[in-house]
Amino acid sequence: MNPVATPFFFYALSGVAVLSAIAVIMRRNPVHSAIALIFTLLSLAGLYLMLYAPFVAGVQIILYVGGIVVLFLFVIMLINIDRMEREYQFNKQWLVGLVAAAVLGALFVAVYVKGQSIFPHNAVRFPEELNTQQVGKMLYVDYLLPFEIASLLLLVAIVGAVVMAKKRI
Amino acid sequence: MNDFLNYLNSNLTPGQAGAYLWVVIYILIIFAAVSAAVIAMNWLERKILAHMQVRLGPMRVGPHGLLQPFADALKLLLKEDIIPEGADKLVFWMAPVVVVITAFTTYIVIPFGPTHAVTDMNIGILFMLGVASLGTLGIIMAGWASNSHYPLLGSLRSSAQMVSYEVAMGMAVVSAVLMTSLSGTGPYGIGSASGAVGTLSMIEIVKAQADQHVWFVFKFFPLGFAAFGIFAIAMVAETNRAPFDLPEAESELTAGFHTEYSGFRWSLFFLAEYAAMIAVSAIAVALWLGGWLRPFPHWLSGDAWDTAFSFFPALTFFILAGMTLRTTIRMPKHPYFKIQKTGLGVFGLALGGIGLVLLVPPVRDRIQDIYWFSIKVAAFMYLYIWYRGTFPRYRFDQLMKLGWKFMIPAGIGVLIVTALVGVL
Repeated sequence: MNPVATPFFFYALSGVAVLSAIAVIMRRNPVHSAIALIFTLLSLAGLYLMLYAPFVAGVQIILYVGGIVVLFLFVIMLINIDRMEREYQFNKQWLVGLVAAAVLGALFVAVYVKGQSIFPHNAVRFPEELNTQQVGKMLYVDYLLPFEIASLLLLVAIVGAVVMAKKRI
Repeated sequence: MNDFLNYLNSNLTPGQAGAYLWVVIYILIIFAAVSAAVIAMNWLERKILAHMQVRLGPMRVGPHGLLQPFADALKLLLKEDIIPEGADKLVFWMAPVVVVITAFTTYIVIPFGPTHAVTDMNIGILFMLGVASLGTLGIIMAGWASNSHYPLLGSLRSSAQMVSYEVAMGMAVVSAVLMTSLSGTGPYGIGSASGAVGTLSMIEIVKAQADQHVWFVFKFFPLGFAAFGIFAIAMVAETNRAPFDLPEAESELTAGFHTEYSGFRWSLFFLAEYAAMIAVSAIAVALWLGGWLRPFPHWLSGDAWDTAFSFFPALTFFILAGMTLRTTIRMPKHPYFKIQKTGLGVFGLALGGIGLVLLVPPVRDRIQDIYWFSIKVAAFMYLYIWYRGTFPRYRFDQLMKLGWKFMIPAGIGVLIVTALVGVL
């Protein structure tokens, strides 16, 4: 079986991801931004599939696109969009922006230069068979304690949100 | 050409075998079959609802209103396509497309038979749930882009409803997936998890039911049944059907999220709704009702029983043909009914002809899986109509209360108990 991870799909998916990510910050209308975000997340799911991580891709679609973006849209629909469209879209902080961009660019270059020895790009591996099982083992065997602590943290956050939202419990 | 024919000898789905031409053929067949099923459902729903309410339903267009769906489709195509003033044109255009695409994409992994699926993914059920949850986005986009109050309220309701019931649905699905790894046989087969690896692939889930000699709805009775019940309720809410059809409650919101849509765009919503109904029913069938397995494949095993059960598809069509021909004969003997009578007679004979084709041994053997899968899905479709004819619509807070305070705790409870029983 030929691997599906051809350069064509990689460039197509990355192109969609980058272009729609730019659209997310460039659009004035927040609903359009949220819809562009959907395309970014979906093409990221496609990239995960290309990395033979189908489980991660599926979870990406269910959680981010099906859950989080739906909630984004839910909230956006309740805001007054007309007012938002008249507000300033960008903070004109050139200096901070330049520094941040330079640092990020340096990081990318460093990863690209050093990463060629760490991530050999010719070695094709097919962990596809066990992706779901591998994730399960990681979460519930190897990293059980951190996982449980993280879920406790989320529970605290939920309780906190309920306490703040409700006047009388 | 050789590759094209070689696929027929392999026992893989076309997607796995890499037979891309067959993938296209499968997709076209599924698309056509689902569209035909939606047309049939349109007629059946109106007829069955009418008979439940002691009415006749459509009777004018064609014999017993058989051509009514086609007349409706024609009307929808000819209707003026209106985009409201102040609507967000791009999003308004995208919404029905998104809804239809997501509804049909789920069919890629539905296993109509051991090899009769477009492809088999090892995240099959996860993929289906994920893509199905994208349908919500289409509804939200439709409601928001219409720039009108009722659609906006409808889509707010719909997103809240779908997000809440998705959780309960996921819990029920996880408990079924858990059962694939517990390999005891028989309905009370308490299985050890030793060595058995669970799976998310739709085809493997059905095969697990065949290996364990039990449909998951009967496994660990009543646990499997409870999970199935939770899914069966959540799936009605997920597809926005009565009694959970609050996003389009006529008495409160006119037509909900698709109030401003007309003509072809509206018909896309209609198509997507019914396609999604069939898709979630297919999930329920594959996960709990044994997918393509015929009744009692182990108890009544052997060639004789296999042959006996293989006559069922033809028998179904013969019964339908018989009913149609009986109605034809009983039609009034008046010249006015002459055309209708001939039409119905031809329809009955066509059904009988299909039945005859299904009797031919090679066809008879190959149609088995698809037949049993479809008949189970059809039972769910009837249930949907039955619900609509029986239950009054919920109030929104009742709906939320049911979802969060009963369904989700029950789902988590069933999951925990299944896991406990499994490792005991």
